[in-house]
Amino acid sequence: MKTLSRLSSFLLPFWPQVLLAVLLGALTIGSSIALMSTSAWLISTAAIARSVADLGVSVVSTRLFGVSRAVFRYVERLVSHSLTFRILARLRVWFYQAIEPLAPARLVSARSGDLLSRVIADVETLDNLFVRVLAPPMVAVVIVLAMAVFMGSFDPVLGLVITAFLLAVGVGLTAFSLFLNRTLGRQLVESRSILRADLVDAVQGLPDLIAFGQESAWLERINASGREFSRTQTRMAQLNGLQSGLNSLLTGLGAWLMLFLAIPLVSSGRIEGVYLAVIVLASMASFEAVQNLPQAAQLLEANLQSARRLFEIADQSPAVTEPTDPLPQPACADLHVRNLSFSYEPEAEHAAPLVLSNLSFDLPAGKKLAIVGPSGAGKSTLANLLMRFWDAEGIFLDGRDIRAYRQVDVRRMFSLVSQNTYLFNATLRENLLLARPWATQQDIEAACRAAQLHDFIVSLPNGYETMVGERGLQLSGGERQRVAIARALLKDTPIFIFDEPTANLDAATERKLIETLQAVMQSRSVLWITHRLIGLEGMDEILVLEAGRIVQRGTHAELLAQQGLYRTLWDLQNRALL
Amino acid sequence: MFSRRLLALARSSNVALALTIVLGFVGGLLTILQAWILALIINDVFFNGLTREAVLGRLAALLGVVIVKAAVVWGSEVAANAVAQRVKADLRERLVKHLTALGPAYTQSERTGELSLSAIEGVESLEAYFSQYLPQLVLAASIPLSVLLLVFPLDPLSGVVFLLTAPLVPFFMILIGRSGEALTSRQFETLRHLSAHFYDVLQGLTTLKALNQSRSQAGVIGEVAERYRDVTMQVLRVTFLSALALEFLTTLSTAIIAVEIGFRLLYRNMEFLPAFFILVLAPDFYLPLRLLGLRFHAGMSGVSAAKRIFEILDTPVQTVSGVASNRVVQPENFSAVQHATILFDAVSYTYPDRTAPALHQVTFSIPAGQTTALVGASGAGKTTVANLLMRFIEPQSGTIRVGDTPLAQIPADAWRKTIGWVPQTPYLFSDTIAANLRLARPEANEGDLLRACERAGLLDFIRALPEGLETRIGERGARLSGGQAQRLALARAFLKDAPFLLLDEPTSSLDPALEAELQASVHELMRGRTVLVIAHRLATIYQADQIVVLDGGKVAEAGRHEELLARHGAYARLVTGQTTP
Repeated sequence: MKTLSRLSSFLLPFWPQVLLAVLLGALTIGSSIALMSTSAWLISTAAIARSVADLGVSVVSTRLFGVSRAVFRYVERLVSHSLTFRILARLRVWFYQAIEPLAPARLVSARSGDLLSRVIADVETLDNLFVRVLAPPMVAVVIVLAMAVFMGSFDPVLGLVITAFLLAVGVGLTAFSLFLNRTLGRQLVESRSILRADLVDAVQGLPDLIAFGQESAWLERINASGREFSRTQTRMAQLNGLQSGLNSLLTGLGAWLMLFLAIPLVSSGRIEGVYLAVIVLASMASFEAVQNLPQAAQLLEANLQSARRLFEIADQSPAVTEPTDPLPQPACADLHVRNLSFSYEPEAEHAAPLVLSNLSFDLPAGKKLAIVGPSGAGKSTLANLLMRFWDAEGIFLDGRDIRAYRQVDVRRMFSLVSQNTYLFNATLRENLLLARPWATQQDIEAACRAAQLHDFIVSLPNGYETMVGERGLQLSGGERQRVAIARALLKDTPIFIFDEPTANLDAATERKLIETLQAVMQSRSVLWITHRLIGLEGMDEILVLEAGRIVQRGTHAELLAQQGLYRTLWDLQNRALL
Repeated sequence: MFSRRLLALARSSNVALALTIVLGFVGGLLTILQAWILALIINDVFFNGLTREAVLGRLAALLGVVIVKAAVVWGSEVAANAVAQRVKADLRERLVKHLTALGPAYTQSERTGELSLSAIEGVESLEAYFSQYLPQLVLAASIPLSVLLLVFPLDPLSGVVFLLTAPLVPFFMILIGRSGEALTSRQFETLRHLSAHFYDVLQGLTTLKALNQSRSQAGVIGEVAERYRDVTMQVLRVTFLSALALEFLTTLSTAIIAVEIGFRLLYRNMEFLPAFFILVLAPDFYLPLRLLGLRFHAGMSGVSAAKRIFEILDTPVQTVSGVASNRVVQPENFSAVQHATILFDAVSYTYPDRTAPALHQVTFSIPAGQTTALVGASGAGKTTVANLLMRFIEPQSGTIRVGDTPLAQIPADAWRKTIGWVPQTPYLFSDTIAANLRLARPEANEGDLLRACERAGLLDFIRALPEGLETRIGERGARLSGGQAQRLALARAFLKDAPFLLLDEPTSSLDPALEAELQASVHELMRGRTVLVIAHRLATIYQADQIVVLDGGKVAEAGRHEELLARHGAYARLVTGQTTP
């Protein structure tokens, strides 16, 4: 209920449109009922009338209702679709604003990729909230009430009976369909996902299946899970068919009972004869209002589940909070790290192991520091802490704890070039401008020249207006990293953090990129995080990290001379060809 | 509106299909019967002044029709489902078989791989076509026709109104269908753009934050959505017009008939009974046609899914050229080739969607019992050699020989039984670890599996899992890292224990301690086999009996490490890390 009311609050700002859409929906169905009622009255009256005058306005109103349904339906669709788009925009903006402070700390989990695509699917589910979930019951309520009054005006019993049958379909069958959805529906989802997994495996794992000669065995497996799915689906179809049958039965029975009860009322003269046909035909037409409620209820369930998940994500408290009384922007880029320890889940049941443990180092302005170590040593965590994606105690900028500054002010000090450069599906220029929205074309070109990207860009037919494609995949890995470097240059911060910038590149591209990096990092502080021991000769200090601890420190030459992890990694690396 | 080819799929379920159609017709007739009895009763009571007792028989009949009709509705849904299930099962099997025949080269290529997946998932969307759209199509054909046949003798004038408006309904239906198709694709496109933008922003949120641009994006999201609303609403205003016309047609003609027969009743040109009967029938005449419009979308998505499915089924399977079946080497003669030298003789191959050949006139041998290392930059053709050796693809010219036998004469599945294959990243099936291992030898017992795991260095990992070998991959910490997946591939190769070994060495460097262990496992696996290794590690290359250097789809050099190094050619450039000029 809480979820529903919170969900409904998204409609509140649009209440006039909501009201209008519901009214138009009710008028659409009302027109059908009215058309059948006036026609029935017209024909019955005409059969016993003596002159046209006896028909009164019924001829006009029959024609009117013949037209009005279509018009109401048209306007209703326009209003409700426009409303849907508004809700959709509001939902997205709301959700973005809710998770912006949470990113990335609260949004990564063991399966972060899944989380994001599920979120998107959940938001999309909610797009139909109004048109297909909330509007139908509201319209139904209006029609049921109207029918109760209309039929009740002939006889209270008739009013009660039609209400009862409308509710039987609208509430009873809806409950039945919900029950089905909860029991068999769940089995159906499960057996479908097993079948789907088998099919996807067959396509994507085909090389392995064929290599091991298992393709026919796998086909047998697919057929088996297909049969299982089919069995469940058949059971579902039988019960769904039952539901359709019951729907047909209740509608027919309702109209029949109205007829059965109205006949004696006509015979006794309590109701004029011309109204007998009106009562039956109007009753039959009114069931349209409750017909799609079972479907709406099923969608409601899906909507509520999606909403619950979204609220759960959005309601988390951010991992990083702004200080109440922030310091002004740091004046110099002196970075000190003192006894820094960090764990991603300090409150977890089994206290998670420390990712960083008792780290101390200094990076005075203009100096170059490298942090190396095997993967999983906690190197990237350090970059995350410096960027204040997470907060920890022991990091000082300009002599003050970085948690005392505003987040934007801390991030103004650092440029991050990481292994997974994210490019937006937009033009190269737009992607570059993100780093400095007010940059001129000269600024951009200068940065791209320094990143050795300019010549490549102007060689493209659309130059800086080239679309980079989804996640920048139209560009090669090396080109994407150069865009990241150009961005860092445009952002023009005193400290550069390179977090495995060459991790996904082949050896030749890696070497070229490192040359570029070394060219652009003059005159700035650099923190170079890598597991590849290339280009480290010019570093002022190298920290060797293993399992979150510093195990060695010194210059490249010093470390090579020692028998230690650095030397081991060096030897290992030089055994690889490519 | 309906695809003949799609309908032909339902032939295998003739009985259920016939039942679906017959029940559809019966349902239509019952609807008409119900209207007739209702008209009779109202006529009796209202016009002839009979009491309820006098019409009890007819009331009972009406009740009977209502009940039978409900049963028919139920039955037709069950029958339609049976059709859908049969069709889907048949199609799924045909599709999987055909994809298998097309082979990994087809399913692993980017475009066709995506097509394969969407086609195979599209089989499910045929469900709605057969269980919803098709039955409704039957109703839409049967009810209006029967109504017309009944109404004409009763009242030709109303019959004419029905007859004139009825063809307009399909006309508008097609119009709605067309614009509806445009609408759904437009709406879909719009939503897709919106979602893609939203997804893009969410995925890049960390980047936006790093660039201090994350807060301003909320406004952009709102703007984008608002812009799409404007564009879409303009389209919708026009698109909804055809639906408006259809609604108009059906309700207005009901009104016209009501007024028309009303006046003739007034002038006593008509009886009440047929007049009222026609009025009751009027909505029923148009309803199935309108419902067909509602089901249209389900029908269309079925048709478009079928298009993708047929595109794959129509893709011809590449056949091995120049092999007469009588020359195929029979398994009994097969053991002779098991320990033979493999020879690539002027082999060329070009991928279907490329112009440049992946391999051009490549000649080299893989001597029996020795290790041959294949090296070269990415794109040099190493993977193509592996694909050819696995017979995922066949050479377009040149031959591969195993001893004296052309490889093409050996049945592919028999050949693959002799190769142990260790890809860089084995595909992990969503099943238990045991099942993933048994792919290599289905009859292997638990002891075999554990032994293979031990030799591949995977045993400690498996022992640490609460459910051991029976752990499903992806659950309970059994998310395999790249290194572990590699070991699983090794374990499979140990299980298979085949005379030839095709090994694709991992490029990514692992943890130093684990690295040494993995090397030991690999060496054990190589012992006593004919090995082709796509090598990335100097250690592997040093120890190879022969090194083949590929460059741009051609063999640049071949020989031992020292020889090649002395030559200062392509190999020397690779090893010393200089880029090729």
